[in-house]
Amino acid sequence: MYIIIVGGGRLGYYLTKALLDEGHEILAIEKEATVCEAIVSELGSVCIRGDGCEVSTLTEAGTGRADMLIAVTGDDEDNLVACQVAKHKFNVPRTIARIRNPKNETIFKKLGVDVTVSSTNIILEHIQEEVPTHPLTHLLTIRDKGLEIVEIKIPPGSIMIGKTINELSLPPKSTLFLIIRKGQRPIIPKANTILEAEDQIIAVTTPESEEKLRTTLRGA
Amino acid sequence: MKVVIMGCGRLGGRLARLLDAAGHAVTILDTDVYSFRRLPREFGGTALIGNGLDEEVLKKAGIEEADAFVVVTQGDNRNIMAAQIAKHIFNVPKVICRIYDPLRQELYSTLGLETFSPTTMFAQILKEKLES
Repeated sequence: MYIIIVGGGRLGYYLTKALLDEGHEILAIEKEATVCEAIVSELGSVCIRGDGCEVSTLTEAGTGRADMLIAVTGDDEDNLVACQVAKHKFNVPRTIARIRNPKNETIFKKLGVDVTVSSTNIILEHIQEEVPTHPLTHLLTIRDKGLEIVEIKIPPGSIMIGKTINELSLPPKSTLFLIIRKGQRPIIPKANTILEAEDQIIAVTTPESEEKLRTTLRGA
Repeated sequence: MKVVIMGCGRLGGRLARLLDAAGHAVTILDTDVYSFRRLPREFGGTALIGNGLDEEVLKKAGIEEADAFVVVTQGDNRNIMAAQIAKHIFNVPKVICRIYDPLRQELYSTLGLETFSPTTMFAQILKEKLES
């Protein structure tokens, strides 16, 4: 695939490197001459100097034949415009924007960016997961189906301990598919499986049902 | 008419003054309080500190009841983003956006934004002045 990366900062640099390793054809666009030169001296001629929001720069980069454009500068508005110019002027099939302000996620989707990645949300979530009492962890999002895979821990003293799976009233589109119990082989839950304290439950759910699933399982 | 202006530079400040003097209800936004020095003492509108890319700030500025939104900060991309938020999220009836870069201005006007490029306009004016 031919992929254009707008922004040669730390994220842009590591992304360029990683995608090159996967065998893609990559071109990074970076405003700062020194940053651009550093990338070229290390990774070869995979970076041009310019403003990735400008039509002339994107033309020079051959954006017309790009399969994807990924905008990872530190400014949300620059990432939005780079994606929109790529999409509307050059018909790039897939655009991905990094966003710093999580509030911009819905706005970007509405304005035609295919995928947004919120660096703030990702870091936040990883840190939250390290807080021992954190009730629910997102493991995976199946974006196009609107589903997510989550992990929920049954806290000691929960009123759900001793209940069977059958007795739970699970919210719509939610399925429990694995119970991880200390020192045992992971269990595939059946109707008569009894919940124990400290069980880690892996489930599929939707963003809408997530809260209900959490309260159902934790008994809070 | 209720007008929200984002960016209190020379242009934004002047526009705010003109509209205020003509009896319109003006709210002007800027991230830097120092910019408001451009507003005259007799300015009767509201000057609000905040970033117009933030929906909450725009709501505070009264975007939901505004008849028009004008965005004239120094950043083209910031202007483009704010104008699209006003138009597509808050459905403001009239949105006008300054874009210095003529190519980006052309693109966004074909995408339905009401935009103007001082670069294009002044180049044309200067050319005509020189040739007359």
